[in-house]
Amino acid sequence: MHPFQYQRADSADQAVAAVAKTPGATFIAGGTSHLDLMKEDVHHPSLLVDVSALPLKQITAFEGGVRIGAGVSNTAAAYHPDLQQRYAAMSEALLAGASVQIRNMASMAGNPLQRTRCPYFRDPAQACNKRTPGSGCAAIGGYNHVHALFGASKACIATHPSDLAVALAALDARVQTTGPRTIAFPELLRLPGDTPHLDTVLEHGELITAIDLPAFAGRSHYLKVRERASYAYALVSCAVALEMDGPKIRRARVALGGVAHKPWRVGPAEALLAGQLPTEQLFQAAANAAFADAKPLEHNAYKIPMGRNLMVRALLETSGLQPMQGPAGTAFAASVGGVAGRLATPR
Amino acid sequence: MTTQATGKPLDRVDGRLKVTGAARFTAEWDVPNLAYGAVASSAIAHGTVRSIDVSAARKAPGVLAVLTHENAPRLQPIPEKIGETQFRGEGGISETLQPLQTAAIEYAGQPLAVVVADTHERARYAATLVRVAYEERPPQLAMATASRKTLPEMFLGNSKEKLQVTIGKPKSALAAAPVKVERVYESAITHHNPIEQLATVARWEKRGGADFLTLYDTTRGIEVLQEVMATSLGLPKESVHIICPFIGGAFGSKGWLYAPPLLTAMAARAVGRPVKIEWRRQDMFAVAGQRAATRQTLALGATRAGKITALQHDTQTHSSLSSGFTEPCARLTRMMYAVPNISFTHQLSHLHLPSPCPMRGPGETVGSWALECAMDELATELNLDPVELRLRNYADKNPETGKPWSSKNLRQCYARGKELIGWDQRNPKPRSMREGTQLIGYGMASTMYPAGRGEAQARATIFADGRALVQSATHELGNGAYTIFRQISADALSLPIERVRFELGDSALPSAPTTGGSVTTATVGPAAQAAARAALAALKNLAVRDAESPLFGAATEAIDAQEGRLVLKTNPAKGEEYGAILRRAKLPSVIAMGGAKPGEEKDKYSFYSFGAVFAQVRVDEASGSIRVARLCAVYDAGRLMNPKTAHSQIIGGMAMGVGATLMEATHYDPRNGRAVVRNLADYHVPSCADTPDMTVEWLNIPDPHISELGARGIGEIGCVGTPAAITNAVFHATGRRLRSLPLTPDKLAFS
Repeated sequence: MHPFQYQRADSADQAVAAVAKTPGATFIAGGTSHLDLMKEDVHHPSLLVDVSALPLKQITAFEGGVRIGAGVSNTAAAYHPDLQQRYAAMSEALLAGASVQIRNMASMAGNPLQRTRCPYFRDPAQACNKRTPGSGCAAIGGYNHVHALFGASKACIATHPSDLAVALAALDARVQTTGPRTIAFPELLRLPGDTPHLDTVLEHGELITAIDLPAFAGRSHYLKVRERASYAYALVSCAVALEMDGPKIRRARVALGGVAHKPWRVGPAEALLAGQLPTEQLFQAAANAAFADAKPLEHNAYKIPMGRNLMVRALLETSGLQPMQGPAGTAFAASVGGVAGRLATPR
Repeated sequence: MTTQATGKPLDRVDGRLKVTGAARFTAEWDVPNLAYGAVASSAIAHGTVRSIDVSAARKAPGVLAVLTHENAPRLQPIPEKIGETQFRGEGGISETLQPLQTAAIEYAGQPLAVVVADTHERARYAATLVRVAYEERPPQLAMATASRKTLPEMFLGNSKEKLQVTIGKPKSALAAAPVKVERVYESAITHHNPIEQLATVARWEKRGGADFLTLYDTTRGIEVLQEVMATSLGLPKESVHIICPFIGGAFGSKGWLYAPPLLTAMAARAVGRPVKIEWRRQDMFAVAGQRAATRQTLALGATRAGKITALQHDTQTHSSLSSGFTEPCARLTRMMYAVPNISFTHQLSHLHLPSPCPMRGPGETVGSWALECAMDELATELNLDPVELRLRNYADKNPETGKPWSSKNLRQCYARGKELIGWDQRNPKPRSMREGTQLIGYGMASTMYPAGRGEAQARATIFADGRALVQSATHELGNGAYTIFRQISADALSLPIERVRFELGDSALPSAPTTGGSVTTATVGPAAQAAARAALAALKNLAVRDAESPLFGAATEAIDAQEGRLVLKTNPAKGEEYGAILRRAKLPSVIAMGGAKPGEEKDKYSFYSFGAVFAQVRVDEASGSIRVARLCAVYDAGRLMNPKTAHSQIIGGMAMGVGATLMEATHYDPRNGRAVVRNLADYHVPSCADTPDMTVEWLNIPDPHISELGARGIGEIGCVGTPAAITNAVFHATGRRLRSLPLTPDKLAFS
């Protein structure tokens, strides 16, 4: 770890001023990702401005939806009864991620800003344009088992690791910043292009103050496939938000995780679903459309059939054509394969 | 009779210390004037250091010294052999490469510099400032294309464990067999990943004008480390003191690779202060050893009646450039079934990867996986129940040596395991069972572990207050050593367990071997017994010579120890407490040494523990996710010293088997040989949510030949057998054979 300065902010304005005037300064909230990267010699901030004590911890009603303060912990948001009921995909995504200890520390604004799990990013001896611009991408031609199917570039094939971000993308969440400005969710995060060191569109010293979930009267759901039943990043994940008009789908929003540098909204598939009666056949067609443009690498082609199957299942479960694997709004609903041990209620 | 402590499910005696943080682990020793070391390691896997620029590191705040190959003291080579174990060369256990002795680079992560500073943080930071220029050469990273391939003759130089063996005529028997199965099985590199990372604290001082080195180290081979350090540093063995009372898990690491303690000792000498080096998790993927990958070809020939007539097992595996360690994959193959024609080979490719070393069930874990999966495939070919196939080939004696087993009750294990899992209630047809969207499957495997025993010494002290202390330089890895040796000592001393302590983890104590190979219970237990009995004998001698003792003038053979008293066998009312004898003699204590080693029984019998593992799995085929629903295992491992600590050890081993089967894999970059995943978020070991219901039973039949205790070691057998049972259950669930570990979701659904 490199030496750094640390200060605790009492207000958002003070925090912004401190970071804005200091090159190499950055905010720190829960620190669950940031500190690891500092210890791994990947992040070298000159100044950490601690925003964890700022009064940004309220969950309030807002324009028919909900406003979640940036500093609300992942745990508090996940178990908030109103959120769990109205935005089940979000609770499911949170609870299927990390561990209890990490969720207790991690903030709602920090979670979507966590950096990639591309292993090459975490090893300073490997080439990585995200870590060291211009050094190259060792994942291309290397071990790229967990890398992107969509939107990758010659500079970077990393994926975004946040579960929460995928659910927020499907729910059309927006972030409020000290800009002041409002940024819609998928646009908050960037594709790598030739500047993969930039994960987001946030300016230096711009602080997220809240996440807004717009009004939503449908059903939402999150599914995740991983190599270990708990505390593992998604190989592929899928968030679905369905609004019905009688028996028909009025609007479907589908975001895929683990397949791109940001949560991947699948517009053509969503268009196929709108106005249709939910059937497995329809969902299959939508999944095929969603993955039609996938560009696999040496080691990640498995994500295409896995992702299609997952998307079909997420749609089946969200629309009620197939039962969920556990109560809505819980990790059990989100965790494909469930946990080891006997089934509690064999079906 | 004293209440017996052995065989009782007593709580772990060091449990409270551990959960309250009072147990002192290596990195926690508070040594005055301590300085801190941090290591800069090689970015490349093959080449040489052209130049190493330490000027920035040297100038960084708090830095005391920087050692590189240019200024580090020269070391003497490690010994050829230590005890019976071959250290160097093909089939040996260790690497000959020593840190900072050469500019040559043999693997990525090889230590190239150690920076010593006044704080841990400053040392770490300064280590990032070391700049190395390399002369890079292409690394060899693939087993198949390695330019140096060898056929090691023996495992660790043991003439009883040859690695290239032919018994009978397997080739022609296979050709003639009416039913054949020939398959290739591949397993990934895995890492031990104990919670406690490697650490050493080294302190030099002058004693009697000569150099004396004290090392606190995370070692589970105190005596071997003492010898390696003494040899390498050119010191008499008595001038090296090793201390390690607690180890936070090892699983095969922390025994046979010595760069960490050597670097720390060199650094401490250079700065003239005690130095501590704690290794990072990332480094554990380079300097702590690993289980090498394997590619195993199994060929089985059988009659239609299910009698196996030929068995061939050819293993390809790999080591580093400077180690000859060879994963001995045929350990089950050579002894498990009554097959007249057996052959096995081991080909070792030397690669620019870190050195492997034993990992829990070395050879057995992945070797048994391949063999027991092939057995399952043969059962399918024969349309025979997998258990029945094993019974038809049950070995009543060791097929390789012809020797009788010391004790084998494996039939009972199969039978009880079947009951526990509900084997006969399953539909044996593959892909026939479902629960909701999930496929259900059952599988089983035979398991075994060699029941070794070595030589050890112990010291017993009986104090005048009626308490006792028994000591031996063995290790507590979380295995329960403190607990069971206290139990064994208490019984041997005829004292209640509360009045007995057991100490270990210090090279000043009587000698005990490395804790490995599941030999510790069978080795140290009898030594503790011998020492305890010698102390009682000394006490008896005092009593019979003491005119004031009720035992005065009695023959020592007529005296028995009961409940902390020496009494006449014929009249137990006549006697007195141990303490009374000592107090009258004005002695604070009586001390005696004892030792124990195997005798001629070692050559008369074949010593193994056995078991049968049964698994039930749930498979979500659309995603490729496999979950283990249940594991039921029945073991024939001799008499248990403590069913509670034994249960913990076994279920820990089985959970590790779950990890090896479903998720654990270390990947090295195919071009530059760097470990790609180097943290425990991305290298997956099983979480609680991956760990199934585990039902473990024991036959608890004493081994009449291993020792008077009848007890065998059980450290590794839980890990063995579990992978094949799960893999075979996945076949039963899905109708598909997966022959590449680990069975991650991509493999099942999309291979």
